[in-house]
Amino acid sequence: MYVAVKGGERAILNSYRVLDEFRRGDRAVPELTLEQIRGQMPLAVARVMAEGSLYDPELAALALKQAAGDTLEAVFLLRAYRTTLTRLGATLPIDTGRMRLRRRISSTFKDVPGGQLLGPTYDYTQRLLDFSLAEPQQDRAEPLPEAVEPVPARMPRVTDLLQQDDLVEADTIPPGDPDPFDLTRQPLGFPADRPARLQNLARADEGFLLSMGYSTQRGYGNNHPFAAELRFGTIEVEMHVEELGFAVAVGEIEVTECQMISQFTGQGGEKPRFTRGYGLSFGYAERKAMSMALVDRALRAGELGEAAAAPANDPEFVLYHSDNVEASGFVQHLKLPHYVDFQANLELLRRLRGEAEPAPAAAPARDIDEVPAS
Amino acid sequence: MSQVDAKVERDPHYNFAYLDESTKRMLRRALLKAVAIPGYQVPFGSREMPLPYGWGTGGIQVTAAVIGPSDVLKVIDQGSDDTTNAINIRRFFGRVTGVATTESTRAATIVQTRHRIPETPLSEGQVMVFQVPIPEPLRWLEPSETETRTMHALAEYGAMHVKLYEDIARHGSIATTYDYPVIVNGRYMMRPSPIPKFDNPKLDRSPALMLFGAGREKRVYAVPPYTRVESLDFDDHPFTVEKWSQPCELCGSRHSFLDEIILDDRGTRRYVCSDTEYCAGRREAGHADAESRA
Repeated sequence: MYVAVKGGERAILNSYRVLDEFRRGDRAVPELTLEQIRGQMPLAVARVMAEGSLYDPELAALALKQAAGDTLEAVFLLRAYRTTLTRLGATLPIDTGRMRLRRRISSTFKDVPGGQLLGPTYDYTQRLLDFSLAEPQQDRAEPLPEAVEPVPARMPRVTDLLQQDDLVEADTIPPGDPDPFDLTRQPLGFPADRPARLQNLARADEGFLLSMGYSTQRGYGNNHPFAAELRFGTIEVEMHVEELGFAVAVGEIEVTECQMISQFTGQGGEKPRFTRGYGLSFGYAERKAMSMALVDRALRAGELGEAAAAPANDPEFVLYHSDNVEASGFVQHLKLPHYVDFQANLELLRRLRGEAEPAPAAAPARDIDEVPAS
Repeated sequence: MSQVDAKVERDPHYNFAYLDESTKRMLRRALLKAVAIPGYQVPFGSREMPLPYGWGTGGIQVTAAVIGPSDVLKVIDQGSDDTTNAINIRRFFGRVTGVATTESTRAATIVQTRHRIPETPLSEGQVMVFQVPIPEPLRWLEPSETETRTMHALAEYGAMHVKLYEDIARHGSIATTYDYPVIVNGRYMMRPSPIPKFDNPKLDRSPALMLFGAGREKRVYAVPPYTRVESLDFDDHPFTVEKWSQPCELCGSRHSFLDEIILDDRGTRRYVCSDTEYCAGRREAGHADAESRA
């Protein structure tokens, strides 16, 4: 006789132990430390911080360790932790023109004031597996000596130079400098203004943004973009303290910024000028920042009077499906039991089939009556 | 055996019910609005919970907002207290609230559920919390939220009637078996979360408060006690629910939703109550199963 399965709780607790073992791997091999993850997998840490909406390399490293290297699971862990944090206040806007740069390139000008700065990049590596990395080595190549001339403290953004000549739309603070919409405290509504959209894109899944941005390049909402500038570096975050009456630095974060400019518009008597797409991400995350800038621009198609018929132009489509914590949870919830709904469907299917053709005699003696609801 | 399980130790690292008090207040405000406008979907600032979206985060946030130290919580999934996700949610609330939990529908003050309403009738003062994956009843007819909100504002529900009519034209009857659309208090169309339509009549004029939470979609809605909830139908095709021609194999009930259990690869099947607590209660009360009578 069938007996309802009991003991689920013990099974769950046992699964925790099996997971621990799985994550730890061979105990003869030393355990990963958070310092190792943070120091030697900075790009993974950056992605977890960006999509986890929490700048904390230590916790991001812990999340990566706990998630056995699954980036999305690590993002989820960080987000759930974030929920429990108290909000102390808002920081002042960062001025990326004052970043301490480690990399800065422009693809629109051969040279720009301040120069092009390659920095640490995979761009010009030949993607040949470096077998020498397979074994730990004490004597790696000497670190690069300090530059004779330091990078200037303030490096103007390429878009600022274009803006001086009115060749690109102005990037001005809206009148009254209203508090931006807060996506983590308020539900997304439509029409979503640009601050809300940019917040959504900043925490959006990198793979999703990459594909959506890519789709605009292949003809689904083409907007002929140029990477006016990409910059990566560190910047101080400041907070205005009421009691003191001035702003104090509360820490330093790494960010990657991308300014895309694309085809000019000139509607309603306005002079034609380039339009902007903007990308900003925690840590070193160029692919993310570039994709975000492409998608930001694609989402502006409607307000700029362009045909907005491609998937990347549809704010509801993009913004409702960009979050990997939401998407991952809902896709994977299909693992949960659905047997009540399935049973209801199965009964209907059998009844419909039974009405279409008489059931064979060997079929199990089953039927279902429909009765008026009481 | 006591109907209520012993309380467990609350984890002091977290605020009572995990969420901070201002978040709970935000949720309660949204819920009050939902109760004031029965069936209307109220947007709220859904938080990331330590369980995945799609696994009950909406219901968990609603429960977290309304639960107090003296509450007794029951959690079911597919009608059963023993499914892994129900156990997990019950353990979560045990850990972050320390409240007593129970499998008894009668003993519970809050019942959080996924996909079922218990067979045991609910009573005044009880709160049902539904986990809702997609709150919008019109979503599969119209994917845009902007559009569907307008349709609700105008009570423009013709598209759903057309869909049900097309079912009848194609199949001879309405082919919606769960998540069957209802009209609440004569005004808003509501998705009763994916409960089988068998459970729809239990929503109508229920003495219990029904709260619905959709975490990923960031909506809550409600059916206050004794509110009219009508399942959509036509005069010549009245709303009907399933009735099985055989009773539950374990408790002999003829009035419960039955699950089909496949016993072997030769087509042998058994039908048993999906509501495990109801079934166990009937057996304890001496109701014979089909086998022992045979």
